[in-house]
Amino acid sequence: MSFWLRPLFLAAMIVLACLAPLGQGNYIIYILTSWLLFSVAAMGLNLTLGYAGQISLAQASFMAIGAYITALLTLAGWHWLIAMPLSLLACFFIGLLLGYPALRVQGHFLAFVTLAFNTLVFLVLRNEDWLTGGSYGLVGMPRPDFGIFNTAKQLQFYYFALAVTVVAALVMWGIVRSPWGRAFRALRENPMRAESLGVDTRRITLLAFAIGSAYGGLAGALVTPLVQFIEPGSFGLVHSLRILLMVVVGGAGFFFGPFVGAAVVILLPEFLRFTEGYYLLIYSALVIVMLAFAPNGLIGIGARLRARFLPLQARGDLAQGSRLK
Amino acid sequence: MTAPVLSIRGVSKSFGGIRAVRDVSFEVAKGEILGLIGPNGSGKSTLFNCVLGQLRPDEGDVHVNGKPVSGMRASELNKLGVGRTFQQLSVFPQMTVLDNIILAGQEHHGTMLSRLLGKPDAGLTGQAEELIAFFRLDHLREEKAGSLSYGQQKLLDAAMAFMAGPDLVLLDEPAGGVNLTMLADLRERLQTYNREHGASFVVIEHNMEFVMELSTRIIVLAEGEIIAEGAPEEIRANQSVIDAYLGS
Ligand SMILES: Nc1ncnc2c1ncn2[C@@H]1O[C@H](COP(=O)(O)OP(=O)(O)O)[C@@H](O)[C@H]1O
Ligand SMILES: [Mg+2]
Repeated sequence: MSFWLRPLFLAAMIVLACLAPLGQGNYIIYILTSWLLFSVAAMGLNLTLGYAGQISLAQASFMAIGAYITALLTLAGWHWLIAMPLSLLACFFIGLLLGYPALRVQGHFLAFVTLAFNTLVFLVLRNEDWLTGGSYGLVGMPRPDFGIFNTAKQLQFYYFALAVTVVAALVMWGIVRSPWGRAFRALRENPMRAESLGVDTRRITLLAFAIGSAYGGLAGALVTPLVQFIEPGSFGLVHSLRILLMVVVGGAGFFFGPFVGAAVVILLPEFLRFTEGYYLLIYSALVIVMLAFAPNGLIGIGARLRARFLPLQARGDLAQGSRLK
Repeated sequence: MTAPVLSIRGVSKSFGGIRAVRDVSFEVAKGEILGLIGPNGSGKSTLFNCVLGQLRPDEGDVHVNGKPVSGMRASELNKLGVGRTFQQLSVFPQMTVLDNIILAGQEHHGTMLSRLLGKPDAGLTGQAEELIAFFRLDHLREEKAGSLSYGQQKLLDAAMAFMAGPDLVLLDEPAGGVNLTMLADLRERLQTYNREHGASFVVIEHNMEFVMELSTRIIVLAEGEIIAEGAPEEIRANQSVIDAYLGS
């Protein structure tokens, strides 16, 4: 996207997001809030997978870690403003550890390692009752009160989540535009070349996991006060796959991909509800069609249309390379 | 007498039963352009990879500017002032030409933290534009590298190796697949860079004319061993080289 288009698009999205819940019932507002949370989680995975090219099937487990730490701390009387950064930090460092296998294995093997990690977290949450409440989970977490602004009501919580999401998105924007962002993309496209140009690919790989996981933790820190009831089942492998779907459907490696992807994965089933029993069927079919015909996701379709209709320079001598042996 | 920029002593490397490089030793002086030639499979790329940390030699050692570099990671070696290209075209196809070049320089500026919080271009746009202009790719600055012609990508690939201002550049078949006009361009650019910056090059090349014109000295490898060494004219006339190429 061009220099101006992106900020314009961002401003338009923020305005839309501000207007969206007005006049809606609590349920719709709740759905919109979960769109925000999952956008944050997907934004993190988009950094790890979309920008840096490291597959991870563990994003839901970082939401879990963030959600449980926030829950335990806020239940113990700490303010969300302290619980959230601690959740984020914990996920950053655990994500860093999860990155180590990526230094040795790639692709399918890495997918399995991260999948195993997700299962491990799930089992710990379910079995360590003394801390996590086991299968029953944790209940009664308070919503944050900021004195002048209390998030107890659904609409207020939505705006609170929106503010957090916007800040998270701005930080992410800063990251992907920075030299780090360039190094992440270089890692995805050609790690050996990147290394030969001075990029410490080991460090960059670990950071891709750590930062991506911290975003998962942030999403988790928002889940806790939103639903005020968490249990291990909400963070199983299926949910990691759902976040992966969001990234892929929206467009991996595109800044706005996660927002679009999360909207499709969360909102579309709601729209399709009128079809009653068929909605899952229609939904799955749409996803299959989409992945088959637009592997770069919805944003990717937009980019492809632009490339199609805007003239490209330098194509003239493209044929020359193929003529030479 | 200054220390050689690159000194290779007794380097050997085997893959299973294949002895790809056997006891190779040579030095590269400051400002020298050394051509490394030899038939396919004679161990040229393997030797490069041993020098550049992609492979660990079984025996022997490598010094850059007098420092031992065995076991060093490729990124650390690059920070010591060694640039390289790969035999396979190695650009970042989804990034613009400008981003490719900036990436090639950014790790040499500031700290890890300043690369996160500082300017998105690490303050390198000006320098990158100069280098892009030097390789005559200015009109393609904002294009995705993957949309360039093969020859243009080869130029970009070579340009990246120069962005950090290296003392030593190892080029693995820079002319491979490049058309004739661009070939002359590439050679002239490399020579100009060498003259203006005093950087040393080691160039692996199959295109005899290209490497003979470019280099100040040539080393010939066959089956992992050095079989001849000398000025381009001497190598042209050397019978064992002719034999090696004709397949004795
Ligand atoms: N990674 C590898 N594993 C096994 N054999 C290899 C590997 N790399 C190179 N070789 C072998 O080593 C020999 C030298 O290869 P190479 O250095 O690529 O030659 P050149 O670059 O001179 O064409 C060849 O016989 C090649 O098959
Ligand atoms: Mg080779």
